[in-house]
Amino acid sequence: MTATAPKPGGKPTSADAVPLLSVDDLRIRFRTEDGVVKAVDGLSFTVDRGRTLGIVGESGSGKSVTNLALLGLHNPARTTIEGRARFDGVDLLGASQKVLRDLRGRRMSMVFQDPLTALSPYYSIGEQIAETYRRHTGADRKKARLRAVDMLDRVGIPHAVRRVDDYPHQFSGGMRQRAMIAMALVCDPDLLIADEPTTALDVTVQAQILDLLAELQRELGTAIILVTHDLGVIEDTADEVLVMYAGRCVERGTTDEVLTTPQHPYTWGLLSSMPRLTSDVDEPLRPVPGSPPSLLNPPSGCPFHPRCVHAIDTCRSERPALARPEGLPGAGSGVSACHLDADARLRARGLPVVQHSQGAAS
Amino acid sequence: MSRAIPAPKRAKDAAPETGAPLLEVEDLRMHFPIHGGMLRRKVGAVRAVDGVSFQVGAGESFGLVGESGCGKSTTGRLVARLMEPTDGAIRYAGRDITHASRRELAPLRSEIQVVFQDPYSSLNPRHTVGTIITAPMKINGIDPPGGHRKRVQELLERVGLNPEHYNRFPHEFSGGQRQRIGIARALAVEPRLVIADEPVSALDVSIQAQVVNLLKDLQRDLGIAFVFIAHDLAVVRHFCERVAVMYLGKVVEVADRQTLYTNPHHPYTHALLSAVPGEREADGARKPRIRLTGDLPSPADPPSGCRFRTRCPKAQGVCADQEPPLVRLGATPGHEVACHFPAPLEETAAAALAPADRAEADEPAVPVERLEQTA
Repeated sequence: MTATAPKPGGKPTSADAVPLLSVDDLRIRFRTEDGVVKAVDGLSFTVDRGRTLGIVGESGSGKSVTNLALLGLHNPARTTIEGRARFDGVDLLGASQKVLRDLRGRRMSMVFQDPLTALSPYYSIGEQIAETYRRHTGADRKKARLRAVDMLDRVGIPHAVRRVDDYPHQFSGGMRQRAMIAMALVCDPDLLIADEPTTALDVTVQAQILDLLAELQRELGTAIILVTHDLGVIEDTADEVLVMYAGRCVERGTTDEVLTTPQHPYTWGLLSSMPRLTSDVDEPLRPVPGSPPSLLNPPSGCPFHPRCVHAIDTCRSERPALARPEGLPGAGSGVSACHLDADARLRARGLPVVQHSQGAAS
Repeated sequence: MSRAIPAPKRAKDAAPETGAPLLEVEDLRMHFPIHGGMLRRKVGAVRAVDGVSFQVGAGESFGLVGESGCGKSTTGRLVARLMEPTDGAIRYAGRDITHASRRELAPLRSEIQVVFQDPYSSLNPRHTVGTIITAPMKINGIDPPGGHRKRVQELLERVGLNPEHYNRFPHEFSGGQRQRIGIARALAVEPRLVIADEPVSALDVSIQAQVVNLLKDLQRDLGIAFVFIAHDLAVVRHFCERVAVMYLGKVVEVADRQTLYTNPHHPYTHALLSAVPGEREADGARKPRIRLTGDLPSPADPPSGCRFRTRCPKAQGVCADQEPPLVRLGATPGHEVACHFPAPLEETAAAALAPADRAEADEPAVPVERLEQTA
């Protein structure tokens, strides 16, 4: 979806078809020496086939933990996972290790942030790609190797036939990430989870990788969950956005909605913290005050209230549900978890308040 | 040998307005030797910095941008004289410090300070915040009126931390707070020049904005000159009055902020700016992207002539033969470009669209494509 297909208003796709992945009320807790960390606390979302869901949030907001849970990669001895996650009819959270092993790499796969630690230094790039393919399709060595060359070629590695026998250290950062993507897509998975796939890369390489993901998505129809802290990347790649804070979803909607008519004060903060190439340099950035809360002991009520300049009494005591207040301008399917009513939010952002909730302003 | 360099007067009264810039870097080179073979002889060199020149005025914020491996951090370290350059000259306030000895540098250490990228590894975990911030004052023999403790508490307050946290250890602070401690430590000796090497890249977006605002306030209020090294073009634009773009150990373009961001003339600057995600035209369309393919050549074996030619959509024969010097362009004072064919963005974009007869490239067919624009 990168930078190419215009985002279609966000309406049709999701309604009738069953989503590829649906996560409902996911809760993840870790037992640590200091106590129980509530890393994810009641998260729900869906991903449709061929679409890209962007998950944004800061360090410790639960983005990566969520994805590792979907793939069954947490240590069960220390982790409690509750809720439901269905992937094309399969219950991921209750599935046996065998079922998960068959799914991972074949139907859902992951691209990690740091390709150097995600690749084994002892095996050639080709062997690592071929291994995944052989494990899932039972192909012989020769066939798997051809497939590896084909995939490397597809992700834009020059001279793939020659480079297939190289080791990870012989690749540059951008090429390693391409190789990771080749490995993740070698079995044509339905879902690709990309966890900060470009954070360790330079901007021009980042642009290449994001374009590549979009191209492959167009060709293969893969659904993508793209985790990032960079709203610019979201803007260029995602169809829908989920904004996470302290293990919860604070806002969800189509990319256009969330970026042009954000509803939650945290989303406002994220947007106003980010300098743009066109912003006024004499104007100071408007950061979110304070720092993220400890998840050992999260704040009562709305987890964002200690940093929210608009907080009211209710925010301190009651946890807000994801909903859409009436009278907010914008297209309409986005939801946010905030107690402020529409007028208060418009006033807080210095926008004109629409009387009698006609919802016609924009 | 007695002191070759007279002890500097304290910062603000040291008369910077003599016309000479605070920092002058001329044809600076840093070549790291590569040893190989049985006898570990020198077989080559990584030319991390290879002929960099720029000037920074007193109180000015100067940005160095570029991608990994372009030599921006090495340049910063050389300027702070944490390393000795292979060649070239560094002049600070008129004095040549290129090869100054430890002893000669000692009086200058309080004037040039560094803020590092990683707030975790740049603070000693066994020292309290008080000790950390006091250290540079003690080393430089500075006795502030009211004592060290009072000064540290003032500094903590100045950088937005609670002065009562004097006795806490670094691990008790978050990443953003630690970076503030690093900044307070740099400020402790009232420097005139701060080298900030990726000071915000390890921080989360909302915290990053807090620290950028803090640095900007400090720069304005205290009149400190900054060499701000970063890869984030938007952050650099926000902070720096003048910006130099580096590629493979060289400055390819330097200009004031307005010119560099609105009217750049080097194809690499065009590619870099167009790769910034999430930037739109006024009508909401995606900006055309000049996509660079291929990888950065090795700084141990840079291409002949212009170093960018292997990835440049506009490269011609002359680019392989002759190295373009960094020369002043047109009427804008201070706008310098190192390119045989400097031109506005449109020309690079057009060349990128038609990658027809390229001179010669190491990687066969390194096409540079233009991304379709969103309707």
